Amino acid sequence: MAYITCEDLTLRYESLTVQEHLSFSVEKGDYLCIVGENGSGKSTLMKCLLGLKQADGGRLRFGDGLRRNEIGYLPQQSMIQRTFPASVREVVLSGCLNGRAIHPFYTKAEKARAAEQMECLNITQLADRSYRELSGGQQQRVLLARALCATKKLLLLDEPLTGLDPLVATELYGILQHIHNDHGITIIMVTHDVECAVRHAKTILHIGKNESFFGSCADYEKSAVGRRFLGENAEPEHCAQCADHHHGTGEDSGND
Amino acid sequence: MTDLSLILTPDYISVILLPALIAGIAVSLCASLLGVSLVLKRCSMIGDGLSHVGYGTLCIAVALGWAPMKVTIPVVIAAAYILLRLSENSRIGGDTAIALFSTSALALGILASSKANLTTDVSHYMFGSILAMSRGDVIFSVILSICVLFVYLLFYDKIFAVTFDENFARATGLNVRFYNLLIAVLTAVTVVLGMMMMGALLISSLMIFPAVTAMRINKHFRGVVLTAVIISVGCFLAGLFLSLWIDTAVGASVILMNLLVFTVASVCSGIRKKAAKP
Repeated sequence: MAYITCEDLTLRYESLTVQEHLSFSVEKGDYLCIVGENGSGKSTLMKCLLGLKQADGGRLRFGDGLRRNEIGYLPQQSMIQRTFPASVREVVLSGCLNGRAIHPFYTKAEKARAAEQMECLNITQLADRSYRELSGGQQQRVLLARALCATKKLLLLDEPLTGLDPLVATELYGILQHIHNDHGITIIMVTHDVECAVRHAKTILHIGKNESFFGSCADYEKSAVGRRFLGENAEPEHCAQCADHHHGTGEDSGND
Repeated sequence: MTDLSLILTPDYISVILLPALIAGIAVSLCASLLGVSLVLKRCSMIGDGLSHVGYGTLCIAVALGWAPMKVTIPVVIAAAYILLRLSENSRIGGDTAIALFSTSALALGILASSKANLTTDVSHYMFGSILAMSRGDVIFSVILSICVLFVYLLFYDKIFAVTFDENFARATGLNVRFYNLLIAVLTAVTVVLGMMMMGALLISSLMIFPAVTAMRINKHFRGVVLTAVIISVGCFLAGLFLSLWIDTAVGASVILMNLLVFTVASVCSGIRKKAAKP
């Protein structure tokens, strides 16, 4: 059984129905990108997957041993308060909270897990810095480390690249690829960057107002909706961004 | 100005000043802890709203001859729950809903107290009278404060998570509604305790001032919480002795001390920022 199965989902944004009869599934080991025009219900779908909102119709099921508290989530940057006083360590550690039953303070194992994720994302040297003083790219890595503390199975990302400069975005794609390949984490990402989506994902879910697509990247590129959407979005800088993508190095392109 | 040696007789110290000090420190502690979360969650208005509800309930309780504290605390806890719900899913908008709800409760209380001709009794609670608290009130406040403190420490990490990023906490399986309710209940208890001490009009600033000042000085959550506690207790002590010395209202003196510290901290952090950016 798949990690997530959606059957005949209906999504409403306020009172407007944005999607109907939406069906797709996410298998273990998948790398799914959800693309579509603005207002097609990408974010609403994300909210449903995260359990922040009930689907307005249809069925959404978790399977294959995946539980609600075993998912990691990287929100849009704008969703986090920019002035919040918190150290990087405090933020990353807060990702460990879902795993614990009743003991009130962080255990050694949880602290070790946080340290391991910080090491993996190359932010160990930032651990005592204040989150609000970091550059956009660094902040995103901190939130990614927090998300990875929360999951060993499935990572959901909601437009993780918004507001990041191309170099940092490329680096983030590299990190995600690394997490996916080497740590075996399943990825679901909402993005408006179709070019990069087809380059990195295994599966594409395109939700549009009139037409939808769910299938492999190769099929998407051949499909009518895919061709039209890719054609529209093929801007030179997007291509350049992906062309020289590399695995996450320790280089910070931040402004500190 | 008063000669302090004349007031501070051993009797006065042991019967009035010491209990007031203990209760005051306990409540200041709780207020500053919760204040940090309220300010960061952008719902400092809840503290203010609850103090209105608290005052309204108190008036009604006194008018009907009930024990003020024991009636007020459960009612304010219930109000905290309702206010939280209102701000979660209300068509009017959170702060408007809070204002409507809390002023209505206040009006009801004033109505009851004017009908029963109680204006002097209840004005105690409008401006607070820490030095007039009974022994029972002091013990009650200290016990409740310790409970608030204990629960806060027990759930400190979760309170941080819920304050920092509610959506993430909810998405990764934390019971956000429960922790929000917990914060509201702790706030409610603190507001009622603070009301006796600082008065209904001033209690919300006792929660907010230390938090805001601490945020200017500190960059880490734990640092902010600790700084807020130190500022809150320090300002309470300074305010209390100032009020004895120049014979002013305790609550107002404490708040003015807070204002002073806040101003100094703002100026200092402003200078530091300027110095950092030549």
